[in-house]
Order: sequence, then C-alpha cells, then structure tokens
Amino acid sequence: MSRMETAFSPIRAARTESSLHYRRRQWVNRIMLALCGVAAVIAFIPLVWILVYVIQRGYRYLNLDFFIQQPTPVGVPGGGIFNAIVGSAIVVSIACLISIPISLIAAFYVYERPNTVLGTLIRFSTDVLSGVPSIIMGIFAYTVIVLTQGHFSALSGGFALAIIMTPIVLRTTEEMLKLVPKTLREGSLALGAPDWRTALHIMLPAAMTGIITGIMLGVARIAGEAAPMLFTAFGNPFLSTDINQPIATLPHQVYVYAISPYRDWQDKAWATALVLIGIVLGLEFIARGVAAWQQRRLRVR
Amino acid sequence: MSAITQLRLKQRPSAWSELVRRLQHGDVIFRLLTVIAGLLVILVAIAIGYELWQNSALPRAAFGLSFLTGTNWNPVTEDFGALPFLYGTLQTSLFALLIAIPIGLGIAIFLSELAPEWLRHPVGFMVELLAAVPSVIFGLWGLFIFVPVVVKPLGQFLNSTLGFIPIFQAPVFGPSRLAASLVLSIMILPTLVAISRDVFLAIPQAQREGALSLGATKWEMITQNLIPYGLSGILGAVILALGRAMGETMAVTMVIGNNLDLTPSLLHPGYTMASLIANEFTEATSDLYRGALIEIGLVLFGLTLVVNIIARILVWRVARRIPMEARA
Repeated sequence: MSRMETAFSPIRAARTESSLHYRRRQWVNRIMLALCGVAAVIAFIPLVWILVYVIQRGYRYLNLDFFIQQPTPVGVPGGGIFNAIVGSAIVVSIACLISIPISLIAAFYVYERPNTVLGTLIRFSTDVLSGVPSIIMGIFAYTVIVLTQGHFSALSGGFALAIIMTPIVLRTTEEMLKLVPKTLREGSLALGAPDWRTALHIMLPAAMTGIITGIMLGVARIAGEAAPMLFTAFGNPFLSTDINQPIATLPHQVYVYAISPYRDWQDKAWATALVLIGIVLGLEFIARGVAAWQQRRLRVR
Repeated sequence: MSAITQLRLKQRPSAWSELVRRLQHGDVIFRLLTVIAGLLVILVAIAIGYELWQNSALPRAAFGLSFLTGTNWNPVTEDFGALPFLYGTLQTSLFALLIAIPIGLGIAIFLSELAPEWLRHPVGFMVELLAAVPSVIFGLWGLFIFVPVVVKPLGQFLNSTLGFIPIFQAPVFGPSRLAASLVLSIMILPTLVAISRDVFLAIPQAQREGALSLGATKWEMITQNLIPYGLSGILGAVILALGRAMGETMAVTMVIGNNLDLTPSLLHPGYTMASLIANEFTEATSDLYRGALIEIGLVLFGLTLVVNIIARILVWRVARRIPMEARA
C-alpha cells in the first residue's frame, strides 16, 4: 500500500502538482487526434467530388451510340468514342503481351534467388522503373520505336505502357510466390520434379489468383495513362486497328477533348472520362475483391 | 538447389553427358529464360538513361551546363534554358509535400492507431481508389471544377494577406503553380498514406505500451515514440511521394497554365519539366529543339532516380530492422 503511493506516477504527479499542465496535455491530445480523424475525412472529399462531377456531367452523353460510333467533327451532334475504346484495348493488349511473360519469368528468378547479385539488381531495377515518370517512358518509346520506324504507332504506345506495367506485375508476382507455402515447392522437388515443372505446374497455379490480381492492377494503371501516349500512340480521329499506325486511346481522348475550346468537345471529355474511370475503377474493384476473397480463403485453411 | 542435384553432381559421369542430361531435364533452359527475363528488366532500366543521354547530345554540346541555369526558352532563336521548369517542378512538388505531409501522416495515424477495426479497411480502400483515378481525370476535374471553385479564391486570399512575400505576388491567376501544387498534393496522398501506415503498423506494440504506461497521452506516444521510431520509413514515404510529384504530368499540364516565364510567384501560371515535355514534344520541329526537350527529360529522370534511390534506401533500412511490406 505504502509502496504504491510512493511509486512515481507521472499521471498522479501531473494531476496534483500542476493540474493545468495535465489538462493542457489532455486537450492537445484530443485536438490532435481529432485532427487526424479530420484528415481522413479530407481525403474523401476530392475522391467523392471527382466521382460526383464525372458522373453528373458525363452520364448525359452516355448511350449506346457513344460506345459504338466514331467521333464527329466539332458541332456535328452525336458521335462516340468507339475508336478510342478499340485503340485502348489494342494498346493495352500489346503492353500485356510484352510485359506479362517477361515479368512473370523474371519474378521466378527473383523469388528463387533474391540475394544473388543478379537478383538484387533485378529488384533494384524494378524499383527504379516503378519510380520513373510515365512521360519518360513515352520519350524512351519515342526514341526507340518512333524514331526508328519514322512514324507514331500503336506499337510504340504499347511498348511504353509495357515498361510501366512490368514493375507492378513483377512485384506482385514475387509477393504472391512468397505467399505459397514452402512445403508445396519442396514436396514437388522431393518427388523429383525439375525446377521448371515445379514452377509451371505447382507454384504458378498456387499463386495464380494473386498474379491475376497484380495483372489487373497493372492494366488498371496503364489504361489510364495519357502522358506516354502523347508522342507514341499520338491519337487518331478515325478507327484504326493497325498497330503500325497512330491510334486513339481513352485517356488521350479525354485530354484532347478537355483542352479544346469547344463546349461540345468539353462535354464529351466528361463522358469519355466517365467511361475511362468506370473501366479503371471496375478493374480495381474486381482485383481488390479477388485479393480479399483469396486472403479469406487462405486464412480459413 | 535441391539435395537431389547435389547427389547427382557427386557421381558426375562426364561433363558432356551431364550437360545433355541437364538440358533434357529442362532446368538449364528454364534457368536461362529467367536470367534473360531478369536481364531484360535491368537492360530497360539502363537503356532509358542511355537513350535520354544519347538523344540529348545536341543541346548538351550546344549549351553545356548553362542549360540548367538558362532562363530563356525560345524555339525560334533556338535558345534553350531549363531553369524556369526546374523551378516550377521543385516549387510545385515541394509545396504539394507541404500540404500533403500533415494530412497524409494524419490519415496514416488514424488508420494505424485510432480507427476501429471495421473502419480501417474501407478508409484504406478509399485511399487506394484515389490512387487509381487516372491523372488525366484529375486534370479534367482540376481544370473545370477545382481551379475556378477553390484555387482562384484561395489565390486571391493568399495574395491579399501574404502578398508582400514574393511567392504570393499578384496578379492572381486561376491556372497556376498553386493549382498544380494543390492537385499534386491530392495525388501523392495515397503514396504517403500507404507507406507510412505500413511503417506505423510495423512498430512493435511494446513501444506503445511502454509510452502509455509511463503516462503519456496517445498523442505524446505518437510524437515522442512512434514517429522517431519509424522516422526513416516515414522519410522514405515522403521522398517517394516527392518523386511521384515531380514526375506527374497530365494533371499538372492541364492546371498549371503553361507559361514559359520564370516568375517567383506561386499564383502565376508556369511550367514543370514534365508538363513542358508533354506540351511541346510533338511540336518540336528541329533536332535541337527536340533534343532540348529530351535533355529536360534527362534532368527529370536523373532527379527522380536520385530521389527514388534515397527513398528506397530509407524504406529498405526500416524493412530490414522490422519485418514489413513497404510497397509503393
């Protein structure tokens, strides 16, 4: 009893010796913690604000024609963004074709030998690539492909996007491979399966859900990239499916419409933005949903 | 490698038949493929720097280091200097950090220390959604809604109260470096929040219990224990966010007003390096002009590279000390 009372207690000391000081600390605590909560609310404002405006100003233009028609010149009513939808699909597909195989295979190297010189270099390069601004990827694709070919092309756009996508897919694949129980891999190796068979038939299926999540996040990211499209895919007011020709993409179309001086086009910018944000956030939702579902499944096991 | 391979290596019939066997086995090919894919990733990272360097040879020869300090950007007389854009990039991204750091850390603290379990996931998810919104849509919103509604009045207020400071000089424009900074601060928020939240979550519980048991309030626990403990990770998050802000292109291009002059004021329209490239690259008619734009890209690449490497080292250091997943 007496020990308890002589033991130093800052709270009690503060209370008795300087109750003003104690109260000030309490108030600082309450105010600052409340401000942290306010900060969380502040983060919502722009997101909600953007979504509300894109939907409110974009939905009026949305009808079937907007999806399946080609753009009309300024002032001519109607018209759609079919060319940009097709173009985005083509450019993103090219990016996936280049990026996914390379990042998956490289991820296996990093997973199996993370601490070798090469493994460290790969991880370092991945980090570097994920930090390089997308416009720089555009310049890179321009110097490598557009200058060599002599013209803008869907291919160069896809190439730029592939470089942006690679670190995302590589990273998630590596993380997902790490989540696969080690015993699974060891079991396969112990049965005499070669490394490649283990990788292809055991590790890959086991990590598949996560890898697909990563790919979808990567696609969501590159589908919204306009900056590298400016001088690679370049944009095209007509429908084109030729990968050696300039091609329209959704984000680039939003930009072109938005900075135009015509009211009509500005309205179309909102509608195109609505389509784009629908695709990107849709992908994001599905990917996160799959990831959450996967996590719950693993936990139940 | 597995014990089986080692056993086999011990027998080692002959080098040739061993090679044939291993080729048939398939692992050599698999290993080779993984090495090639890995080398490709490294090669691309190097090639980006190389291409930028090669293609900016013309202006580097013509202007040398004075390119970085030149204040003129005149395609007609072919006189190029990067200072206005360096200034624009640094001013907007640093100002964006100034706004985003308190808010981002506040959210991270809220998510890791204060929010009840059921609230963490939805709020975290909303922040991730903010990261998923394409840059060009931020630009669209900024151009038509945010600038007239928020930036212009705020600029006028700043000018009327703090106008004696050069960076708040009149005249006040809507599309301006201030607009770019504010939009950037929103865009880098997710990076800041995600990494610093992970840093906070990785701090051992004993740190909190120790502080609280000594009578600290929760806020004192956060400022006196958690923040110093996770400081290098938080710094890493801040610097990564800086890198993102410097390279952000579309949204900035659409709200910054695109003005080539070097003026100190935050309330004036300006240019960042990224937005200059975005705006002028397709108009570049001569080789020198295009080379100068690529050299701007080279400078930007160098800056983001340095920033990212510093950030990675900081975050990796925390990661090594405490197990965590710090992904950007």
